[in-house]
Amino acid sequence: MSLSLDDVSRIARLARIEISSAEAERTRDQLNGILAFVAQLQAVNTDGIAPMAHAVDVVQRLRPDTVTEPDRRDAFQAIAPETEAGLYLVPKVIE
Amino acid sequence: MINASLKELAAALAEKKISSVELTTLFLDRIEQHNPNLNAFVTVDRARALAAAHAADQKVGAERTALTGIPLAHKDIFCAEGWRTTCGSKMLGNFTSPYDAHVVEQMNAAGMVTLGKCNMDEFAMGSSNETSFFGTVRNPWDTACVPGGSSGGSAAAIAARLAPAATGTDTGGSIRQPAALCGLTGIKPTYGVVSRYGMIAFASSLDQGGPMAKSAEDCALLLNAMAGFDPRDSTSLERPAEDYCRDLDKPLAGLRIGLPKEFFGAGMDDGVRVVVEAALAEYRKLGAITVEVSLPNSGLSVPAYYVIAPAEASSNLSRFDGVRYGHRAADYGDLNDMYAKSRAEGFGDEVKRRILIGAYVLSHGYYDAYYLKAQKIRRLIAADFSTAFKDCDVIMGPTAPSVAFKFGEKSADPVQMYLSDIYTIAVNLAGLPGMSIPCGFDRDLPVGLQLIGPWFGEAQMLNVAHRYQQATDWHRRMPAAFAG
Repeated sequence: MSLSLDDVSRIARLARIEISSAEAERTRDQLNGILAFVAQLQAVNTDGIAPMAHAVDVVQRLRPDTVTEPDRRDAFQAIAPETEAGLYLVPKVIE
Repeated sequence: MINASLKELAAALAEKKISSVELTTLFLDRIEQHNPNLNAFVTVDRARALAAAHAADQKVGAERTALTGIPLAHKDIFCAEGWRTTCGSKMLGNFTSPYDAHVVEQMNAAGMVTLGKCNMDEFAMGSSNETSFFGTVRNPWDTACVPGGSSGGSAAAIAARLAPAATGTDTGGSIRQPAALCGLTGIKPTYGVVSRYGMIAFASSLDQGGPMAKSAEDCALLLNAMAGFDPRDSTSLERPAEDYCRDLDKPLAGLRIGLPKEFFGAGMDDGVRVVVEAALAEYRKLGAITVEVSLPNSGLSVPAYYVIAPAEASSNLSRFDGVRYGHRAADYGDLNDMYAKSRAEGFGDEVKRRILIGAYVLSHGYYDAYYLKAQKIRRLIAADFSTAFKDCDVIMGPTAPSVAFKFGEKSADPVQMYLSDIYTIAVNLAGLPGMSIPCGFDRDLPVGLQLIGPWFGEAQMLNVAHRYQQATDWHRRMPAAFAG
């Protein structure tokens, strides 16, 4: 199973990373190299083995539903690329 | 003074033989002198460091800890309030953190003095520090060689005695492998012991912070300050506080050292093998016995990791969108175009590769074949360790298959680079504590001995490392070019 140039552009779209057509072939070859390397996992019998999502089996902690964070909007927005009136600015999404 | 242990530095400070301002100045001057050559630091702030040193000098009595006034370097993955925090990426080249990571808070609370922020592989993705947007770091033992990665700047800084200690993070070997390649001691604690809050995320189920220093005793002191429960990290473990120094001096008579036959097969350089075997002989002299154990699935750890870690990375790094902080492209059309261009410009090649792999293995139709399969194999790998620890107290082997390699030697082929972590990655998948300690030289470059402990076995592992360091002096060796 190896990726085509169309696959690469589909994945790049999913990941929101622009890839120029000049980079596409090299990217495809490198991704295929990595996928060929990880393909050895397919040969392992894992019948009846539960997936391990985390290193330590712990349950999610709960806390009282109270405010714990102070308002630091100004500090956080000071490092944003573009803000106005306390809002983050992005290109128009809704016409 | 530059080769003194943290305990010696603490004693000198307590006895007022030196002030923290003088000590901090000494290291700042060394950074100024040597960093242009090594590129170990991305950011240094002399005024801020000296202010912290001055504050430390004012502390008296119960305000002082075993680390008060001692300078420290932070890997640039740790957010520190008011400090530029880049994670080795153009994406965060303009990011000044508005808050402190838990680790930074802890070290500040202990009275340590931040010298600066250390260079690293971009978003901790690399084993040679060659993926940093801020340029490669040179290995002080041979400046034509890599320092290892991803905590390569931290490692080079300590090896060249530009800092007495540093923080690091380890997702697949990023504390242990650079510690090995630079002749240092570094420990990756059990997953959950050190809070991940404010530690920029790469692969959340694997990432773990830890100390890097010259000796096991130094690391134990640092870990005492660094570890602890933090409710802001959902996987931080609520456990009673431990004194990691408590067992340092325990004799090793009867210690059972497990040697996984898979770690001593083909793949390890002969020069590394000779040095590791000599270290094991030293352990036998100290009263330990060695037993063969097996980790039959450990060979699958690198491929399993290169499914799981990119999957988690693709999710974690989706936050870098050019909206709230970080790089935004100058020219773009609609919102999606802004995301795609900002991310294309902000991320380097290795980071993009891993995000793309991650997006692919999590995508519809491929999730079961890749991601779920890798998670099942992760359980097999962890179970191997449980079985092995029935027959031994600690596992040993090489940290890396070879000593430091030359720039460019492995950077053309991603898979070759991935294999430099062949002995370290299984430890992260299982969540175990692991260490690297210097144990000799091959072709004049340091070799690291890896110690792997059972879950929460840090104190014993530090004891095992410390006794070896009492009997040997590899950890005190300095690269000649930086000894003056």
